[in-house]
Amino acid sequence: MSRIAGVFAKLRASGQAALIPFVEAYDPDRATSLALLDGMAANGADIIEIGMPFTDPMADGPTIQTAGRRGLLAGATLHGVLGLVEEFRRANNHTPIVLMGYLNPILSYGVEKFCADAAMVGVDGLIVVDLPAEEADLLLPDAGKNKLDVIRLVAPTTSNERLPLVLEGSSGFVYYVSITGITGTRTATAADLARDIPRIRAATDLPIAVGFGVRTPEQAAVVAQHADAAIVASALIETLCRENVAAVLRDVKALSDGIRNARKAAA
Amino acid sequence: MNSLRHAPDARGRFGEFGGRYVAETLMPLILELEAAYEAAKTDPEFQSELAYYLKHYVGRPSALWYAERLSKELGGAKIYFKREELNHTGAHKINNCIGQILLAKRMGKTRIIAETGAGQHGVATATVCALFGLPCTIYMGAVDVERQKPNVFRMKLLGAEVVPVSSGSATLKDAMNDAMRDWVANVRDTFYLIGTVAGPHPYPAMVRDFQCIIGEEARAQLMEAEGKLPDVAIACVGGGSNAMGLFHPFLDEPSVKLIGVEAAGHGLDTEQHAASLNRGRPGVLHGNRTYLLQDADGQIIEAHSISAGLDYPGIGPEHAWLHDIGRVEYVGVTDDEALAAFQLCSRAEGIIPALETSHAIAHIMKIAGKMGKDQIILLNMSGRGDKDIFSVAKYLGAEL
Repeated sequence: MSRIAGVFAKLRASGQAALIPFVEAYDPDRATSLALLDGMAANGADIIEIGMPFTDPMADGPTIQTAGRRGLLAGATLHGVLGLVEEFRRANNHTPIVLMGYLNPILSYGVEKFCADAAMVGVDGLIVVDLPAEEADLLLPDAGKNKLDVIRLVAPTTSNERLPLVLEGSSGFVYYVSITGITGTRTATAADLARDIPRIRAATDLPIAVGFGVRTPEQAAVVAQHADAAIVASALIETLCRENVAAVLRDVKALSDGIRNARKAAA
Repeated sequence: MNSLRHAPDARGRFGEFGGRYVAETLMPLILELEAAYEAAKTDPEFQSELAYYLKHYVGRPSALWYAERLSKELGGAKIYFKREELNHTGAHKINNCIGQILLAKRMGKTRIIAETGAGQHGVATATVCALFGLPCTIYMGAVDVERQKPNVFRMKLLGAEVVPVSSGSATLKDAMNDAMRDWVANVRDTFYLIGTVAGPHPYPAMVRDFQCIIGEEARAQLMEAEGKLPDVAIACVGGGSNAMGLFHPFLDEPSVKLIGVEAAGHGLDTEQHAASLNRGRPGVLHGNRTYLLQDADGQIIEAHSISAGLDYPGIGPEHAWLHDIGRVEYVGVTDDEALAAFQLCSRAEGIIPALETSHAIAHIMKIAGKMGKDQIILLNMSGRGDKDIFSVAKYLGAEL
């Protein structure tokens, strides 16, 4: 079983949902990212998503855009991001790591080599924002060969008829982009999720994670009642900008508690 | 016959270029757009509506002008201008805007967004939105807002909202990023009116089709004037829509040499240019695989050109393909060479060309003299230069 599947199996057995916090690599420097990865794993993160900075992040709102720019200024490259994961893995062999980014840096690195190197340093899954189902044959063979989960995005605009195509070849979990919009802007309501999640459930047995616009422990709790994981990114980056690593870890702990209590309260 | 005019394939690919590299949120919209466009293309009602607006509103057909004084001055080939600068709004951009807004109406969309570099596409979009009474938001790099003030004012007069984009290099590529972000947030009612032959399929093919009227008209007009095809057809390339419109009807004519002129900025061997074909390598940006200016890590490098309309680190995927198979020759022209051509054309022909077009004229200055007097060069005079007089004056040290 992959690390990601293992985490979800364990949580499912205990009736819990997962928290997936996000770290933009090298924002504002490598040491901070490493401290966040270690600290998040110790404070309730079940899986960690690492953003690979790109100059033109078209699906991202202002918060992740500027985080990416800071990362690039600090010298982030794909080699550097993989090195970060390698170092994290020396002390942590259980928390799954998912890399999220855009296609061009991966193409530039070489898809085959990137998948091989990512698997070697201990990456578990990939999310490539600008690689829709129609173009996914570019990545699926090499990812599969290296046992990397390819996590697919499903959007509110994805019709029921389209779901099977989008989910074909996906593994790990499904990333539900819960709003039409960019990261860190609007937030889906409980009613939205109650309407949207079941139709994805009907199309897949994979766990469903909800991202885009999940900011507070209360919102994470709402997500936990409908889906299997909550992804939190922009809110944590804002905390890092405003305060420091310790404050981000405090927020991660609070989000984690929110998620754990949600299912308890509902049960 | 093995035609070069049948691309792209069903996946929207020109050879290995093109495609649809967008986030899932947009994918259903792009498929919807493709279906709507395919239906419109063969609908006589759509085509006759398009023809009506092109004739009575845009002022087509545009003239074909024998640039006799310029030809004599350069001492070689006969130079003809396809006068796209005489179109309403002063450039070729409106051909595509009319086509896309008719499609938007047909699809029931009620709000239009667009990106613009030099502002020509923004003005053309704002114009058709005024004509059809649709609200319009134009994304424009903050740097371009500064260097193209007359066009910003024009767009506002036409009722458009102009949003300055200050992320990244604050030019055309960043404006395109923000337009896509707007689209993803307003998927139900908004139509994204892309101004060039780039972006996810079907945009490169659709914009090319709407611009092909340039080459089709020029071909017929030149046959009437000279009884033969041109020896050279030439156009500037940023994203590449005016060039695709001119080239496409000649792709299957091997006797017609096709030349695309990229902005070489301070020089192809400096770090300040916008020559994605001559100095870039293939990658994926803005929904399509094409040649891009990028660093060793695949990060996009900021382009530079004196001309805001060419200041883009990518190029339409069909150009990338035509470059790879060698059907079109792509050359570079520097800022200084373009400025010299801008002045020469103004004085020799009484036509102030856009700085973008001046790049193509500068290359004509290099080749016309080496060609025979019976040979013909066909230039797409893609835009007029009134919008550029402030920035040209600044470069020439003149006070306005």
